[in-house]
Amino acid sequence: MDKMNNKEYQKYAEQKIPKPTYFKNIINAFLVGGTICLIGQIIRNILFRFELGEESVASATAIILVFIGSFLTGIGVYDTIGKIGGAGAAIPITGFANSIVAPAMEYKREGLIFGVAAKMFTIAGPVLVYGIGSSVVVGILYLMFTAGR
Amino acid sequence: MIKKRIGSQTIKFPNPPSIIGTSSIVGPKEGDGPLKDYFDIILEDDTWAQESFEKAEAKIQEEAIKLAISNANISMNDLQYLVSGDLLNQIISSSYTARQITLPYFGLYGACSTMTESLSIGSMIVEGGFADKVVCATSSHFSSAERQFRFPLEYGSQRSFASQWTVTGAGATILSATGEGPYITYITPGKIKDFGITDTNNMGGAMAPAAIDTISQHFKDTGYNPDDYDLIITGDLGLVGKRIVLDLMRKEGYDLSQNYTDCGIKIFDGVEQDTHAGGSGCACSAVVFNGYIYKEMLKGNLNRVLLISTGALHSPISTLQGESIPGIAHAVTIDNLKD
Repeated sequence: MDKMNNKEYQKYAEQKIPKPTYFKNIINAFLVGGTICLIGQIIRNILFRFELGEESVASATAIILVFIGSFLTGIGVYDTIGKIGGAGAAIPITGFANSIVAPAMEYKREGLIFGVAAKMFTIAGPVLVYGIGSSVVVGILYLMFTAGR
Repeated sequence: MIKKRIGSQTIKFPNPPSIIGTSSIVGPKEGDGPLKDYFDIILEDDTWAQESFEKAEAKIQEEAIKLAISNANISMNDLQYLVSGDLLNQIISSSYTARQITLPYFGLYGACSTMTESLSIGSMIVEGGFADKVVCATSSHFSSAERQFRFPLEYGSQRSFASQWTVTGAGATILSATGEGPYITYITPGKIKDFGITDTNNMGGAMAPAAIDTISQHFKDTGYNPDDYDLIITGDLGLVGKRIVLDLMRKEGYDLSQNYTDCGIKIFDGVEQDTHAGGSGCACSAVVFNGYIYKEMLKGNLNRVLLISTGALHSPISTLQGESIPGIAHAVTIDNLKD
């Protein structure tokens, strides 16, 4: 044991871990993510029948999907969907809802202020910070390259 | 003065303390596992009607201690010390339990190595003549550990194949200066081993070097061979750690293939119960020892057992700061005979 140095041991220990089932995961992610997007598309098509404008339909679709994601988290189903779907369940807006509702539920016992409100963004916070941050950067670049045209 | 230390790390007890009673309480998932018939109480509700998982864990530990006392047919007044610990920050489960148990209290933090750490210190207190009877206990809870170390329960994440499932439960052991056995005959407290593993999903890999170091030191100090034991069992190395221990112990010159396993592998059916690499947590080795091993020793199916609880002594903060995981392993020999 002592003959091994840290690097050698880390490499050795890595080999002892069962390999992730990449192929199965990719298929599952495609199916779960695809299903969520299909549901979103159906909602969108239905909303168009109410003759809402393009922008209102986009907002309403997102709102409904966020509600579904939050609701499924609340009744304890979304963690199973996430376990099967992986990124397919995490990347759509339902996954974003899950990442906010799950900690909000978890930390209820620590109180409404320092529990629910403070911990609500422990997972989604970084997404918001870098998502909004990068949209500002892209916005500035867009202005720089299109100004004066 | 009798010299009780042998070799460089081991203590041999000339008057081995006897285990006179144990208890094990587990959650519903553990109660569905292969060892279900060995546990004293299987909870149907893992909150045990408490308003938080932390309170539930403290209640499980408190009830386990009371149950061990009644299983030993003694009363609280017969005990002199409580030696216990757990996984939560500032070991709150143990301290809130100690608030209810009116005994002088030594709180330990050894992460998942707490069972053998408490047995080691408890044995030294009893054998040293500082107490007649002590109780050693520890607990862990899947849900209180998840929220401290990982993600909220309802968050939809995927767990790696090397990851383990924290056992919900508690175990307690009553040690006495007199008794009919089984006895604690040797202890080999371990040193920290850290080979730079930073992946908190691979605890087995992080703790295996500590287990290997302690087990081989135990053999060197005592002169025992793997064959001298009916069972050699680590605390919560899981499938990944077990592979490493078997492989590297062979390179150290010890063949453990006949009688070595891990509490984390025994407690769950990894495939049926989807626990990936196996169980973990303080309660993993605690309930396997106080339930399965102790009862098999009383029946005479096991006569000499080496229990090596293993601990990963990192924190969520050290992990975020990129620090590696310090591993520890304490070995305890439990024998039906005094020597």
